[in-house]
Amino acid sequence: MASSGELDHPPIDAALAARHGLTPEEYATCCDRLGRQPTLVELGIVSVMWSEHCSYKSSRVHLKRLPTTGPQVLQGPGENAGAVDIGDGLAAVFKIESHNHPSFIEPYQGAATGVGGILRDIFTMGARPVALLDSLRFGSLEDADNRYLFERVVAGIAGYGNCIGVPTVGGEVAFHELYRFNPLVNVFCLGIAAKDRLFRGEASGVGNPVMYVGAKTGRDGIHGATMASEEFGEGSAAKRPMVQVGDPFTEKLLLEACLELMSQDLIVGIQDMGAAGLTSSSCEMAGRGGTGIEIDVRRVPTRETGMTPYEIMLSESQERMLLVAKPGCERAVADIFAKWELEAAVIGRVTDTGRIAVVEGDKTVADLPIAILTDGAPKYERPLAPPAFQELLQNLSVDALPMPSSSNAVLLALLASPTISSKAWVYDQYDHMVGTNTMVVPGSDAAVIRIKGTSTALAMSVDGNSRYCMLNPYVGGMIAVAEACRNVVCSGARPLGATDCLNFGNPERPEVMWQFALVIDGISDACRAFGVPVVSGNVSFYNETKGLGIYPTPVVGVVGKASVRHVISQAFQAPGHAVIILGETKEELGGTEYVARWHHRELGLPPELDLEAETRLYACCLEVMAAGLVQSAHDCSDGGLAVAIAESCISGRSRIGVRVEVANPRGLRPDAVLFGESQSRVVLSVRPDAVKAVLAVADRIGVPAAWVGETGGDRLLMSIAGETMIDLALGEAANAWRDAVPSLLKGTSCASS
Amino acid sequence: MLRDVVGASVVDVWHRDAVLPAVDLVVLPGGFSYGDYLRTGALAACSPIMGAIKAHAERGGLVLGICNGFQILIESGLLPGALLRNTSLRFICRPVGVRVERSDTPFTSRYAVGQVLTLPIAHADGSYWADPGTLRRLQDDARIVFRYVATEGGAANPNGSLDAIAGICSERRNILGLMPHPERASEPELGSRDGLPLFLSAVDSLCGAR
Repeated sequence: MASSGELDHPPIDAALAARHGLTPEEYATCCDRLGRQPTLVELGIVSVMWSEHCSYKSSRVHLKRLPTTGPQVLQGPGENAGAVDIGDGLAAVFKIESHNHPSFIEPYQGAATGVGGILRDIFTMGARPVALLDSLRFGSLEDADNRYLFERVVAGIAGYGNCIGVPTVGGEVAFHELYRFNPLVNVFCLGIAAKDRLFRGEASGVGNPVMYVGAKTGRDGIHGATMASEEFGEGSAAKRPMVQVGDPFTEKLLLEACLELMSQDLIVGIQDMGAAGLTSSSCEMAGRGGTGIEIDVRRVPTRETGMTPYEIMLSESQERMLLVAKPGCERAVADIFAKWELEAAVIGRVTDTGRIAVVEGDKTVADLPIAILTDGAPKYERPLAPPAFQELLQNLSVDALPMPSSSNAVLLALLASPTISSKAWVYDQYDHMVGTNTMVVPGSDAAVIRIKGTSTALAMSVDGNSRYCMLNPYVGGMIAVAEACRNVVCSGARPLGATDCLNFGNPERPEVMWQFALVIDGISDACRAFGVPVVSGNVSFYNETKGLGIYPTPVVGVVGKASVRHVISQAFQAPGHAVIILGETKEELGGTEYVARWHHRELGLPPELDLEAETRLYACCLEVMAAGLVQSAHDCSDGGLAVAIAESCISGRSRIGVRVEVANPRGLRPDAVLFGESQSRVVLSVRPDAVKAVLAVADRIGVPAAWVGETGGDRLLMSIAGETMIDLALGEAANAWRDAVPSLLKGTSCASS
Repeated sequence: MLRDVVGASVVDVWHRDAVLPAVDLVVLPGGFSYGDYLRTGALAACSPIMGAIKAHAERGGLVLGICNGFQILIESGLLPGALLRNTSLRFICRPVGVRVERSDTPFTSRYAVGQVLTLPIAHADGSYWADPGTLRRLQDDARIVFRYVATEGGAANPNGSLDAIAGICSERRNILGLMPHPERASEPELGSRDGLPLFLSAVDSLCGAR
């Protein structure tokens, strides 16, 4: 076959392949499978398709273990997004995805295009996006660089999500030094579709026209997927041109055009151009269809002159889609896109060759078997080994922790911990109400939106505690699922499905793969126990800079279904309500925010999780909520019982005090009772006349339950076994909680440009 | 919301149309017309349909602009002044206190003067500004319909508007523009019904019932 005809590139060899991110072995495999050297365009295609980001080559052998099926599942992993049945003939379509690497290099555009990418994944399926969530991790806000990353990531999410008119209804933000050079930006999107009108990314029907729609192709984002598959070293700022630039208004037009297109009978398949752009969308569509595809790069709309086939195939310009039209429907498709002032061009056709052929006019510049790019991409069973220091990490001598002299001071410090404190500074910048569906706004356990025209509301939450995962990856993986489910349950919803974003370090390190494998096991066991299959997800490896990696950080998103009549939030609703604690408090201080913040130790074993007790807790909560017995519900997580109760007092529209008296029959350390993070606990408030009924349900289901106090007044009072431990004015608690993030940001401007 | 909650008959109008169907009330809703590129509302103000909307307003027809709709009304000259970037320089989405200043407009007859509403705002460019002469005219002609006020835990004037202005009407009072979102506070499921009387007032006015 002729060479690509470009004379200004170095010879194609292992050295050039290495610059494309291929190992010498992978390059040899490539030549071997082709029976010849690749052309430059082919090398570009192979390198992105074999990148960790596109091929999942280190994770595939483990991801197989996740439970992905269930009666409610309409679409499991492998498509642009997963889908579950929510009744009324509707599907909830959702997925979470990372945009970590680009957001470190260029935080505004990196985060913005992360939002743009996940939105396309959802509307590609034929669903209208109705909610976004974000899970973010940064280094300490005391550092100017971290403040810059934090402020610009939030601005980027706001800039894109607000403009396109999809509400950002919640999420989570946590801070830890290890994210200093590897901030995490995970974006979740939920859409609603008619369940019998789900579209898939499949190229079928030999001879059918392949069409390109959306924005024109430029030189931005070339090799973004490869960048996301490497560690960062010196000079990562020089990679800034690899980050794509978002145009949310064009995406809004693309969204409306695609949904209009899908309301008619014009296409057989559609796929968004995300990572690796035209290359991955065409290969994946042909791969799923068991067909081949031919593309003429000269027919691709470009916004710059002189673009080479290599650049066109690898560009990650945003707001583009590839679709396969039904024969004879090209004109109708083009008319819809013209109405929305977008490009639409026939750029090729579906073939029966099982190959991707890229031509430039009459010259072939790439001709590769699809199979080696998709299922046949390298797959590694990488070695696993626990870190040498793992046992040391798990060894926390609780007796060596001095009892704090003032529990008030500890509670104030925890409320002011940036990870726990109010995130209003963040979500006030997100339009979280556009669309008039948001029933529970950000700042509660889960966000809740209603589905107009039905009695259904959907609750959603994204969660993950990386400290737990570092200390015990298996338990940390389970707890990530449990906390997301518990948050959804606390909103009155039954969990239906999950999506996971798995953020890890370099998979070539056996200890990272050990963490990864165990986290998968934990997620799998919890999802199985709760009947919550994983229907979509994403893996982000190589979150390492200069050899320093992040904690293992799985983020689990869970979607649940509620009745609009029984939607609950975490804030106390009125004075005079009874406070009930569901679940058992144990002496569990390992891995807690309290021990990390107050005692400066990140040691010990994370709290235990009994999957059966957790399942019973869900059943109990949902039963008492459906009976209309519950006024508020809040799960105990970071900061334990004291923080949960404080948040119920101060996070509502008006503050409501509380007096709580906890018995301590087993004589646990008071700090463990207040700030320990035992799982499977929920703080309820109920009308006084509902106490008996709630306790009876808990007793029948087998959930420990204790009536511990009453809401009212303007103080937060907590005593243990008759001894007052916490006595704070609500205003003081609220100020500590509300002002923590803004005061850390105060007086700072963007540290670098 | 006008259809589902108020029960009005609603038609969508495409921005490139030049003719308005027979309607009593034109609503320019919130949103990011043209992505807020160039300047909020500036490009949409040049849409072909705006000519017909101006004619409708000149005939005394009711026009309501909410958020981006208010920005478009300002950019198209149907209401005076300007909407500048919020003084925080950030997008702000939260419920705020809004005081009703006038009940003698077709949009506020169901409110009492001085009534304080909780309505969400969601904008980056909502800081109202006008030159001193225009401001004085607005004050003298009683055209300042809504002002931001402090509430428990909420600061007054979230975006730095001149004279805390949240909404104004035209001289003939048939055009109202406001930054807060009454349609997001018109159903109990969304936490507030403070915005609903605005729409019901308009219906009253159109039906001639007072």
